[in-house]
Amino acid sequence: MSTTTTQAPSITVNGEQTTIGDVAVHTTVLDWLRDRGLTGAKEGCAEGECGACSVLVARPGTDSPTEWTAVNACLLPVASLDGQEVITSEGLGTPADLHPVQQELAVRGGSQCGYCTPGFVCSMAAEFYRSTRTTANGHSDHEHGPNGFDLHALSGNLCRCTGYRPIRDAAYALGEPALNDALAARRSAPPPPPAATAIAVDGAEFLRPAGLPEVLDLLAECPEAQIVAGSTDVGVEVNLRGVRKPLIVAVDRLTELREFSFGPDEIRIGAALTLSELERLLAGRVPLLAHLFPQFASRLIRNGATIGGNLGTASPIGDTPPALLALDASLVLSSRRGERIVPLADYFTGYRETLKAPDELIRTIVVPLPLEPVTAFHKIAKRRFDDISSVAVGYAVDVADGVVRRARIGLGGVAATPLRAVATEQALIGKPWTERTVREAAAVMAAEGTPMDDHRASSSYRSAMLGQSLLRFYAEGVGA
Amino acid sequence: MSSLSERPQQAVVGLPLPHESAALHVTGQALYTDDFVVRTKDVLHAWPVQSPHTHARITDLRVKPAYDVPGVVRVLTGDDVPGVNDAGVKHDEPLFPTEAMFHGHAICWVLAESLEAARLGAAAVEVDYEPLDSLVTVREAIAAGSFQGTGRHLARGDVEAAFASAAYVFDGEFEFAGQEHFYLETHSALSLVDENGQIFVQSSTQHPSETQEIVAHVLGVPSHEVTVQCLRMGGGFGGKEMQPHGFAAIAALGATLTGRPVRLRLNRTQDITMSGKRHGFHSAWRAGFDDDGHLIALDATLTADGGWSLDLSEPVLARAMCHIDNSYRIPNVRVDGRIAKTNKTSQTAFRGFGGPQGMIVVEDILGRCAPMLGYDGTELRRRNLYRVGDTTPYGQPVRHADRLESCWTQVSGNGDVVRRRAEIEAFNATHPHTKRALAMTPVKFGISFNLTAFNQAGALVHVYKDGSVLINHGGTEMGQGLHTKMLQVAATTLGLPLARVRLAPTRTDKVPNTSATAASSGADLNGAAIKNACEQIRDRLAQVAGGKLGIGPHDVRFVEGQVSGLSGDSLSWDELVHTAYHQRVQLWAAGFYRTEGLHWDANAMRGEPFKYFAYGVAAAEVEVDGFSGAYTLRRVDIVHDVGDSLSPLIDIGQIEGGFVQGTGWLTLEDLRWDESDGPHRGRLATQAASTYKLPSFSEMPAEFNVNLLEKAHEDGAVYGSKAVGEPPLMLAFAVREALRQAAAAFGPAGTSVDLASPATPEAVYWALDRARSSVGSEPLETSGV
Repeated sequence: MSTTTTQAPSITVNGEQTTIGDVAVHTTVLDWLRDRGLTGAKEGCAEGECGACSVLVARPGTDSPTEWTAVNACLLPVASLDGQEVITSEGLGTPADLHPVQQELAVRGGSQCGYCTPGFVCSMAAEFYRSTRTTANGHSDHEHGPNGFDLHALSGNLCRCTGYRPIRDAAYALGEPALNDALAARRSAPPPPPAATAIAVDGAEFLRPAGLPEVLDLLAECPEAQIVAGSTDVGVEVNLRGVRKPLIVAVDRLTELREFSFGPDEIRIGAALTLSELERLLAGRVPLLAHLFPQFASRLIRNGATIGGNLGTASPIGDTPPALLALDASLVLSSRRGERIVPLADYFTGYRETLKAPDELIRTIVVPLPLEPVTAFHKIAKRRFDDISSVAVGYAVDVADGVVRRARIGLGGVAATPLRAVATEQALIGKPWTERTVREAAAVMAAEGTPMDDHRASSSYRSAMLGQSLLRFYAEGVGA
Repeated sequence: MSSLSERPQQAVVGLPLPHESAALHVTGQALYTDDFVVRTKDVLHAWPVQSPHTHARITDLRVKPAYDVPGVVRVLTGDDVPGVNDAGVKHDEPLFPTEAMFHGHAICWVLAESLEAARLGAAAVEVDYEPLDSLVTVREAIAAGSFQGTGRHLARGDVEAAFASAAYVFDGEFEFAGQEHFYLETHSALSLVDENGQIFVQSSTQHPSETQEIVAHVLGVPSHEVTVQCLRMGGGFGGKEMQPHGFAAIAALGATLTGRPVRLRLNRTQDITMSGKRHGFHSAWRAGFDDDGHLIALDATLTADGGWSLDLSEPVLARAMCHIDNSYRIPNVRVDGRIAKTNKTSQTAFRGFGGPQGMIVVEDILGRCAPMLGYDGTELRRRNLYRVGDTTPYGQPVRHADRLESCWTQVSGNGDVVRRRAEIEAFNATHPHTKRALAMTPVKFGISFNLTAFNQAGALVHVYKDGSVLINHGGTEMGQGLHTKMLQVAATTLGLPLARVRLAPTRTDKVPNTSATAASSGADLNGAAIKNACEQIRDRLAQVAGGKLGIGPHDVRFVEGQVSGLSGDSLSWDELVHTAYHQRVQLWAAGFYRTEGLHWDANAMRGEPFKYFAYGVAAAEVEVDGFSGAYTLRRVDIVHDVGDSLSPLIDIGQIEGGFVQGTGWLTLEDLRWDESDGPHRGRLATQAASTYKLPSFSEMPAEFNVNLLEKAHEDGAVYGSKAVGEPPLMLAFAVREALRQAAAAFGPAGTSVDLASPATPEAVYWALDRARSSVGSEPLETSGV
């Protein structure tokens, strides 16, 4: 084996700088930690569904310089954490000196078999340290504790033993970090900057170029390179399908891909912003997306997954396309040849196929302003937290004087690509916003797409859900 | 009160203690089988070659190409087996098959220096298959007459006469799904051979003794050459009762052939596609009711989908038949049971072990028939509850039947059920698109292995010269808190603070011939064995203490590390142990226990197979969305009978966890095999966490109140306690019945709802859509423009 790097890639694990060493470039953070004897993090599913592998990474925050961010260690290539800081359950506390999160879980019966527990500990610690979590507000409902704990922080962690009640009780019993808490203090300094990483082992390479031009050069020369950001999709291919790409190019830390601006004419969203970051940056200003975020996979996945990635994979059951189609979004595609703007409605060309050329990269998502006054996002799935859509529908409608002026409806899960429900839109536009119009349009909508039968849902249920979705949209009120 | 159940003052049992490994769990320090790999030198990794066919004869197997993959060390095939090529106890589960019996069946195994090399090696192995016809569904098997094992017949009374006299007779068919265990820790084993040829297997197994036996028979060696150890499992739920044996045998075979440690850990896909699951069943039934809503006759045929081999299907079927009554008095019963043989994974034990599959049949009957009889489902159930003096269809008295009524009354009261039902009615009247419902269901579950021989256990207790105590027992820890309870039992019996007692890992060279930690019996059996061992030691020490204190040994009391008589003189435990050692008194003991009073005629399906029954009642309230069938679990109230609890925090955890797991089986977890005639026929379509959905936080009840039945002393069990592992799973029927009632609320009063199982949002949608379409469309209410 040979390794060539600019400087020996390393990760600070539980405060100790550790050389990544001579490992295959597809090696996951989880396998790498476990090979080093840190066996607290477990593999439960190897696809980012169970959270038993959850660890904390120091990432840029929006409300403090650093946020301790929980991610699925089973999905991330270890090379992608070059220069970063990681905390595992072993680093949070010891049996003789438990971290507050560990203490609450232990005494309240939050662990039974204990296998999922280190992952729960890390996800819960991330929420414990969230800089915007406050014990002061005292508002609680069944998804928020009186200490500001958002239960969605644990939406990517599965426990097969406890039935969750004691874990919830532990989460809601947490106080503020102590004044001398080193991890709390760490938040006030910036996270480690992105390292320019170049690792080559056994003929495969992992590259993290310093800037966008270098990435575009690489893509021009090597269009088959695997672009990776949060690795929430690529990681599954690596683990479950044994995909081993010879060249992996990481783009998630590129400043050019992390722009964000709001207004006056448009919202510009950098493709490498994670769903969690975007949720914080938008702060509810796009109600359609605010409605979508908690339904998009889990917090663990949203902490890694980028909005560009969700469009780049072009899955027909991705959750953002139906919403972005309704918002009339466009994509800025970059290559060494220049930039072009493509309406999202034209972007998807076939099953996991798009207009994007092999040498192009999604740089920015552009959402025009003003937003339509009435929007909604409906997701049909078996499970409320962390599930894949059977059907997803995004609505953006303008009703004035009782008449539908504009209507855009984005659909997912009913065809080989996400699509606009054009026939339904036509059945609504210019019509009075009445039950009769809606029932007629619902019949049209139920015939949109070509839904299929699979393990998630039958085709007849998917079709029924399209029509029912419009009825629900009407029944829940347009509030215009 | 029996001496087994009598609880001393200041007992350590009964205290609400956290899990004994909690601090290790939360800090990532608790070790599981696969965590030993990095702590072991020169380990080889195993990867299976899995069949891409659902049923096929293997006509050629070429392993040579695997050896061309760098890092591959050995390919294990049937030719390598020195002993018996069998992974089970029924001799119908070849470890290396010559015929692939299901999609994903492991044909051979590749050992390599790394997992990656093993995977690539397995991909290089060439197998020629001759595809054969396959049976994928239980209906296909019934049509083809494909059955295995022994069918059973259970009967009481005169069913035909009862039907003739019944005011109402209904019939139906009901097919319901199985369930994947989805223990978070997949199957794993790590085997090594020591300098003397002793084979050691670290295995994630609920049944170390049987793992040992299978490893020995595969290797062709006596059992004393094999030691199996299990520190703990990352969940078992019955899935590691039979299924680990073959995997342990592969690791052990590899270790003996290569001389190197061999690690076998299935990834999730391999685990789901290769290991057995809860049996799905088909049932056909006829039920007769009298004018007062009493179920007077039940005739049912149960067909368990056993998969490709027998495994535990026979006892699972027997338990299903013995639980078709659930908690209801049915004077005339006829049940036929049989096991279908299909080309699927070999279905196996899963928490409840057939009990849930028997009970769901009667719960479905009551749920469907109640509206047609003019009753609310909850009222119909209460009318039919067992009363004191009743016996089960197989002839066992229903002892403590009054506890059903006690639980029912308490749940009704705690849950404020009368008021809430009125509120629900008012809510439903004003919400055309959303309906709520509250349902109550009972559980009566028989405790003991149906097979009498399994109801025995052993323990080994050491008291060292310094007074510290080490306990060993035959039970395994899978998260259920067995070890915590066993520490409490030992501390109680010896009158010591908990900290003086330590527990050593479960190993077959310490306690032999153990039964599986299964049938909820772990604490009953092993606790009694530990108590027995501790009593032997305590009695010997009482002799010594009596001599020192000048009193009779029967007057010596052991309390919190002090040993005293009535006079007030006392000495410390440590001092007593020191003295006893110098008097050459044996300070260790082997304990044994066998459950008395059981008898069971498996052929006649009659007798008293259970030591006692565990009881419980649940009330569940759901809200269903009429547009999608999606629902939320608003509130659950449970009162459950665990006897006098050994460890209340542990027991409440078992009840909550069992309930949510049962809710998963009944509502969310959706095993889908490809039943088409396409190229993937027989393939499990839901073979990952992304497609097979477990309950997550979003499925736990928003409000969840669990109480233990008070003053529930059980005379026949250790310190008056009862088993808790399985029974609460079946409390989840309340959720399914509430969903049925909420779906019915979309239709006219008295609508009978046929609900698929699992009751996924789609299933609930079709149910409510059928109910709704019987009244025509409701006008849409809108709050908008």
